[in-house]
Amino acid sequence: MNWGSFSAFLHMGGYAFYVWSSFGLSFALLAFELVQLSLRKRTLLKRLGQIQKLNEHRGNK
Amino acid sequence: MSKINWYKYSAPVTFYGLAGKMFPGFAILSAILFAIGLYISFFVAPTDATQGDAYRIIFIHVPAAWMSMFIYVVMAAYAGIGLAFNTRLSAMMAQALAPTGALFCFIALFTGSFWGKPMWGAWWVWDARLTSQLILFFLYVGFISLQAAIDDPRRSDRAGALIALVGVINVPIIYFSVKWWNTLHQGASISLTKAPSMAHTMLLGMLIMALACWMYTIAVALYRVRLIILERERNSTWVSDLMKEMK
Repeated sequence: MNWGSFSAFLHMGGYAFYVWSSFGLSFALLAFELVQLSLRKRTLLKRLGQIQKLNEHRGNK
Repeated sequence: MSKINWYKYSAPVTFYGLAGKMFPGFAILSAILFAIGLYISFFVAPTDATQGDAYRIIFIHVPAAWMSMFIYVVMAAYAGIGLAFNTRLSAMMAQALAPTGALFCFIALFTGSFWGKPMWGAWWVWDARLTSQLILFFLYVGFISLQAAIDDPRRSDRAGALIALVGVINVPIIYFSVKWWNTLHQGASISLTKAPSMAHTMLLGMLIMALACWMYTIAVALYRVRLIILERERNSTWVSDLMKEMK
């Protein structure tokens, strides 16, 4: 174990700003990509559903 | 020996199902590996003698930089196959990989910056390694925006493939930049010919984080390629059958 206490862990030997910014921003970006993908899926399925409805409507006529 | 019908799997409709089945496994593996990798990065790997705890940025910086180069080569290979054999799925795979590659490239650039500031005293220097990595980012952005700008998918695939293939020349330039030029950036931490210049636990943490990034990339690319397949095949009967089933 490297850290005597939790505050020592947060302090990162004086490099807290650089280390936590790097890791925080990196994982925030990965999370953003996942959210963006699931939103894209939702919009796509909605649009495909509309196309489907339109086609059925035309087919019934 | 049984013959695998590769043509079957190169059909978007089959791959759509296959990718859906493969996605959860890679996603779970990636989450587990990230957890182990982060644990080693912060709790197992010792503080570096010269760089203190700032060196821990390496655990995200190096895997991201590797991924940005690997993904570019894989993307260019898919784009090239698509261009040569006119296979739709490979062009879609190239398109699915590009945003994740760009993301890792960006991560490599800014984590490098956050490492450079405390160690070199500068956020950015116009060094050969940094500059060629920045060019890689522009190549990704160019590929993505070029594809987005052309409506006809076949034409956009072809245009994208050209930029991807031409840009491949940049990857060995990035890799060897620290050898060819006198750069501020340190040399490779790991090479095939020399013993690694770092402690075993540090190396292990870095490799596990790299593996986690690999699994993440595969999972996300599979997920995204499914959306691209649906978008492009929206007028086909199999998609409309699928939509009927989902209702």
